[in-house]
Amino acid sequence: MGLVEAILLTVFTAATPLLIAALGELVTERSGVLNLGVEGMMIMGAISGFAFAIYTGNPYMGALAAIIIGVLFSLLFAFLTISLVTNQVATGLALTILGLGLSGLWGEAFIGVPGIKLQPIIVPLLSDIPFFGKLFFQQDIIFYFSILLLIGVSWFLFKSRAGLVLRAVGDSHTSAHALGLSVIKTRYLAVMFGGACSGLAGAHLSLVYTTQWIENMTAGRGWIALALVVFASWRPNRVLIGAYLFGAVGIAQLHIQALGFKIPTQFLSALPYLATIVVLVIISQNRRLTMVNTPASLGKGFVADK
Amino acid sequence: MKSVVKNTPLQALDDMLTVSNITKLYGDFAANKNIDFNILPGEIHALLGENGAGKSTLVKMLYGSLQPSSGQILWKGEPVSINSPSFARKLGIGMVFQHFSLFDALNVSENIALSLSPDLTIAEVAAKAKELSTHYGLPLNPDALIGDLSVGERQRVEIVRCLMQDPELIILDEPTSVLTPQEAEKLFKTLDILKAEGRSILFISHRLDEVRRLCDRATILRFGEVSGACDPSKETSASIARMMVGNDVNIIKKGASVSSDDVLLEASQLSQPAITPFAIELNNINFKVHSGEILGIAGVAGNGQSELFDVISGEIIADKDDNIKIRGKDVGGLSINKRRKLGASFVPEERLGHGAISQFHLSDNMLLARHQSDVVAFQRMGRIGVVWREMVEKATKRVCEIMDVRKADIDPIAASLSGGNLQKFIIGRELDRQPSVLVINQPSWGVDAGAALHIRQSIVNLAKSGSAILVISQDLDEIFELSDRITVMFDGKLSEPLDTSKTNREEIGLLMAGVGINEGKHAA
Repeated sequence: MGLVEAILLTVFTAATPLLIAALGELVTERSGVLNLGVEGMMIMGAISGFAFAIYTGNPYMGALAAIIIGVLFSLLFAFLTISLVTNQVATGLALTILGLGLSGLWGEAFIGVPGIKLQPIIVPLLSDIPFFGKLFFQQDIIFYFSILLLIGVSWFLFKSRAGLVLRAVGDSHTSAHALGLSVIKTRYLAVMFGGACSGLAGAHLSLVYTTQWIENMTAGRGWIALALVVFASWRPNRVLIGAYLFGAVGIAQLHIQALGFKIPTQFLSALPYLATIVVLVIISQNRRLTMVNTPASLGKGFVADK
Repeated sequence: MKSVVKNTPLQALDDMLTVSNITKLYGDFAANKNIDFNILPGEIHALLGENGAGKSTLVKMLYGSLQPSSGQILWKGEPVSINSPSFARKLGIGMVFQHFSLFDALNVSENIALSLSPDLTIAEVAAKAKELSTHYGLPLNPDALIGDLSVGERQRVEIVRCLMQDPELIILDEPTSVLTPQEAEKLFKTLDILKAEGRSILFISHRLDEVRRLCDRATILRFGEVSGACDPSKETSASIARMMVGNDVNIIKKGASVSSDDVLLEASQLSQPAITPFAIELNNINFKVHSGEILGIAGVAGNGQSELFDVISGEIIADKDDNIKIRGKDVGGLSINKRRKLGASFVPEERLGHGAISQFHLSDNMLLARHQSDVVAFQRMGRIGVVWREMVEKATKRVCEIMDVRKADIDPIAASLSGGNLQKFIIGRELDRQPSVLVINQPSWGVDAGAALHIRQSIVNLAKSGSAILVISQDLDEIFELSDRITVMFDGKLSEPLDTSKTNREEIGLLMAGVGINEGKHAA
């Protein structure tokens, strides 16, 4: 394996959880709900994925458990913000804090315990393609899934009727209600989808990225995913660019540090954030497009007329 | 070909829809009380009443967005409980909303598809919408974004969306208020076709002339109760108005023009490229408004009126400073507040979201609009600029009293007011400053007769006091009632102003259709 391939593979691994969590949050926000609990749902996914992989001896069961726990955790948020119309920002923050605490408690028993890695699935024939085969067809299942997810979410949002309903609800819940579309149901489903994605993204960290449990191991990735959604102006293909750019610059700065350039490490650590912001701001120049893609009722609670 | 007026008690079996003893309570307040009426197959039935008379509440119950507290609705003789709009649509009830229920970020065909059965693809919806819109003379572009459309165009989308569902009963809430006479004529033809097809129409309008011409029967609401029923063709506008408001309605007192030579508002060689792909380019606009004069700009929706308003008010900065002059000063490059400080006031077309923030209290909306132009009155402690709530609240109270704004609380949020009352508040907020220049877009759109009269009279009074007023309106009655001179906007250009006394509706109507506007570079 060449050096370039090896570096690119680490980029893919760094970008995959960001992509999955951001796509989930994108769908949630497109329905008009701002869930700031991504970090909390991710860390819950990380611990439950890790724990269930050990309980069952099967990392796939771990990934599945992470998805389920992610959904359950997001349901708590959905119940509070959609049914009880609590403030979405405050509730989301609470969810993050709760997730970090709860995962620490649960994870105490797993500190120092070796985890079970999700092994790569080698696609026959395709994996023999020079260079690309190694990169794209010798990956773990979550990577493959992240690409399918990107295609699926794009198709769902812009080609399917359910996606149209979702965007309508996010644009104006009052109009959607007047037309008889179910605002509540749509938002519940969107939040649960976001929870499932965050859970899986967390599992990627503990089952692929580093196969051990470390408290706080999401290390702010949930917040990055949230920021990516906004900077990508709620468009899936831009989330892909953002996630991979962030992953790439993150890996690159590690190598630059290793090579011993005399650049302050703090600056290098900040580089991924800076680069991502600059690029996404540049591609968001078209204000009209940004306006059209911004869910107009984002973060607003909905109460139907009686 | 009018249906026979039925004054006999309800004969539910023949009815398309029967409303029997419906009451809607909000706490102790009855928005609707013991309402009885019926709609026959193939009739155009008018529902009349002032703002706040309970028309919207009633209609929402028929369309399933609200549930009655008591009473019964029969559909073709069968008792039904219409618990959702989709159920209403399933029955065959379609609705064209007054406050449009469209999605700004979605395009026309997506908006239409949302209220249809899921089996149709967007492409099929677009094709069918195109076909229906040509058939019924309601032109629209299926790919246009709603956010880029004018009020009039949005209404066409609403109507086509409703027709797509092949409804048997169509509820039209104020459908003609944004149309030109010619457009309204076309709509009436559409309605005639629909009626001939055996469909019923529930027609809500403030324009009594229209109702008299078009409708077979009318039910009139007042204070939430049925105050009368009639065959409108046998009544006069005055007699119907009396049933609506309980007393005689006056017409505005205009008096002789007090126009002088003093130019207070001027646009010269004003051109502006379109800022979005669907906006209209302004092309060499020139006009002068003198002290004491009302200049009316007529025109079909979407010919550049909103773009012109934005440039004059300063929401969009003009190319050159001297493109626009307020009281002789070049203001093309100045911000809205700087223009307001020169004594100009602006009332935009959309009340919620543009003229007022829906979730803010009236006093906050007052402060937002005038905190710069009324710095002395509304702020104290000099440069620190602490808001003087007491003064703001006083001004709010004063405006509400003068303009007769009807509201439930002392200082409610803007969204809780009916359209007409909010408009009275917004106009009153500006009139209260005694502006020397007033630019107002669609002053009485969707406002009932009483409120419209009040608004128009206030505008005329302001002109009499020496202000220059520019009125942009699609309502020709309003244009003729108010203006000293009339100009027409078509495809981003203005026609030569004509003296109101020397022109007529036909001439203006032709100009509105683009016949005779100079340098005829018409859109292909």
